[in-house]
Amino acid sequence: MKKILSLVLMLALLAGSCLVFASCGETERKGMTEDILPINTPTPDFTVDADFKIGFIFLHDENSTYDKNFIDAANRMKTALGLTDEQVIMKTNIPEGDECYTAAADLAGQGCKIVFADSFGHEPFLLQAAREFSNVQFCHATGTMAHTKDLPNFHNAFASIYEGRYLAGVVAGLKLNAMIAEGKITNDEAVIGYVGAFTYAEVRSGLTSFFLGARSVCPTATMKVQYTGSWYDEGKEQEAANALINAGCVLISQHADSMGAPSACEVAGVPNVSYNGSTYAAAPDTFLVSSAINWTPYFLYIAKCVANGTAIAHDWCGGIAEGAVVLSGLNQDAVADGTKAKLDEVIAQFRAGTLHVFALNTFTVNGQQLPADYMADVDTDAAYTADTAVIKGDATNGYYFSESTERSAPYFNMCIDGITELNSKF
Amino acid sequence: MPEQNMQGQAEQKKRQPLFHMIKRNSLPLWHSVAIRAAAILLAFVFTGILTLLFTGKDPIRIAAIMFDGAFGNSLRTWVTFQNVAVLLCISLALTPAFKMRFWNTGGEGQVLIGCLATATCMFTLGGKLPDWLLIMIMTVAAIGAGILWGLIPAIFKARFGANETLFTLMMNYIAIQFVEFFLKVADKSGSNTVGPNLLSHGWIPALFGEKYLLNILLVAVLTVLMYIYLKYSKHGYEISVVGESENTARYIGVNVKRVILRTMALSGGICGFVGLMLVGATSHSIDTNLAGGYGFTGIMVAWLAQFNPLVMTFASLLIVFLQRGAGEVSTVAGLNQSFSDIVTGILLFFIIGCEFFIRYQLIPNREHKFFAKKQTQEEQVQ
Repeated sequence: MKKILSLVLMLALLAGSCLVFASCGETERKGMTEDILPINTPTPDFTVDADFKIGFIFLHDENSTYDKNFIDAANRMKTALGLTDEQVIMKTNIPEGDECYTAAADLAGQGCKIVFADSFGHEPFLLQAAREFSNVQFCHATGTMAHTKDLPNFHNAFASIYEGRYLAGVVAGLKLNAMIAEGKITNDEAVIGYVGAFTYAEVRSGLTSFFLGARSVCPTATMKVQYTGSWYDEGKEQEAANALINAGCVLISQHADSMGAPSACEVAGVPNVSYNGSTYAAAPDTFLVSSAINWTPYFLYIAKCVANGTAIAHDWCGGIAEGAVVLSGLNQDAVADGTKAKLDEVIAQFRAGTLHVFALNTFTVNGQQLPADYMADVDTDAAYTADTAVIKGDATNGYYFSESTERSAPYFNMCIDGITELNSKF
Repeated sequence: MPEQNMQGQAEQKKRQPLFHMIKRNSLPLWHSVAIRAAAILLAFVFTGILTLLFTGKDPIRIAAIMFDGAFGNSLRTWVTFQNVAVLLCISLALTPAFKMRFWNTGGEGQVLIGCLATATCMFTLGGKLPDWLLIMIMTVAAIGAGILWGLIPAIFKARFGANETLFTLMMNYIAIQFVEFFLKVADKSGSNTVGPNLLSHGWIPALFGEKYLLNILLVAVLTVLMYIYLKYSKHGYEISVVGESENTARYIGVNVKRVILRTMALSGGICGFVGLMLVGATSHSIDTNLAGGYGFTGIMVAWLAQFNPLVMTFASLLIVFLQRGAGEVSTVAGLNQSFSDIVTGILLFFIIGCEFFIRYQLIPNREHKFFAKKQTQEEQVQ
């Protein structure tokens, strides 16, 4: 008797699930548009010698979105230059410690002309190796020491990703506008939630540019920020996203490397703006857009410098023009109408150099606009001493905080009005 | 009920084991060596097949790459021997505790706290004192911190009989958190490490310009000293007696509590010394990963070598060779670095597995139908 019952139940379940799947298939998705700022690898206008070798040091492997972004870029460079496996050596899972020095020394010993490391904490160890191997070029992403240490063979690099974040912010702002227009939220309820890793300039600069982008189209937008104190912690990021959603945030973005926030948003049905690559596959209902840094232009640049025997700049910050800032396609099932046209307009302004993300007249700190003689801590010391004048522009065209020009890594480190940090202990 | 019992017995009769396990009384040395060598050989064959499947390179080429990764040039050789020195030294530190049947799983934390003490001295006193004085303070601080980290669980074990395995294990996490705290305080830029740019004073001078040489020599000396200490000193004898039976130890007048405290102080002190070497002599930096899990691998090395310090040298060399060699294979073949962990895991599996065959003998069970059938067949043939 029991057997018959269970058989019947099983069949019923099967039939039910078939129906569900079938009905899922019926709702047609519009899917993604083409990439707004696509990854284009230019054909190199130079060739490297047969004995050219480049070594890479990665913090994790391709399972981390952060490192995958670098690994993919390195592979694109490899293809573009037609390098062999022996010419590109990749060391993965190198922690931020003495092992980084050993790896760098090992790569130099293998005859690499360039050694590149991708994580912030790699810097002192790469610097140590740079002092020892003066005929090898050491290039480091996200670091801050090249301009103060001033070694001829040690270089920092970054991208003006704040422009990419601003563009992503525009997408978010238009989405908020659409939600207001649909009557889903009121003007005052246009609250963005942001999951940040740490309170460092890199994160604060990113979240501020994202917010300014959103506010440029949705003037009533405000933002709440929750820090996790970790670059990669799926549980904490998910928790932070849920906390923000519960605190009334109607749109979420993040600067941390796991799928925690995007998946929490997909479950809650809250729109999400991603970073370092599209999360559309995991969140097809809520993913809006994603900005990322494309490192291939930098890799080609340093390879070219070495091939031609020219000096590598101690700081390199690539932007939209260099193809270093990229923006994914738009999720047509989630973004507001007219987003693409607006983005094209803003991108044109960036290309023309007429739009500055941190224009002083667009934000205040503690109710005050930044003074024209404002100084920031660019040379990084423990006390965060303000050491460099960073306001540029003139009275007619307006003044702006000049991000990433005094060194490649971001140094905008303020919490502007309109943004509330729910915790800031990290 | 009786019926059921009968059934049970009948079933028992049906379910005969394939083999009988018999404990060996003693095994000639050459026999046990042969079993271990066979295990290592099997492990290599197995990893060879696995690597072949993953990389498609022939086994001889793989062996060449592994050797190149560990000893390919002078830097690689130095680093290999430096890693052997660190792993060996931690194993040496753990051995007296293990011989005493005190399961010190806290090597990692004891090393880290030694690292932390060294780094703190370098960070706060660097530049304010002459380097020779700073190095002496670092040495005292590192060994002292290691002793403290070893003594805390020992005191609880000796006084209250607290479980030392869990206690020492938990002390690891406390040490890691302390290091995390130091990283936050010392480096405000937010990297997960405090590098040589901040710990720029109190570098232990390099012998003959080779920064790894001093460590290697010191550990070599320590290995011999530990061998003598365990085998020929009164302390060493007391440690083995306490390990065999605490009651016997008490009966012959050994102060068990004192032996526990003394031995754990020694164990922790040597771990603290490893921390001093890591921070003061080679890396001049600190992060939570600096001990690199060797605090745990050291347990394995000590066991593999049956607590014999001289054999530990080979065990550490074998493990470090595999790690570095497999690391190079994964770099060359574009594999994930986890490959090196997998290879080490396979080797350990085979070596630990072979201990079973050293202690027990397997004899085919004649009553099992598998053999019984064969027997009858053989009989029929006859």
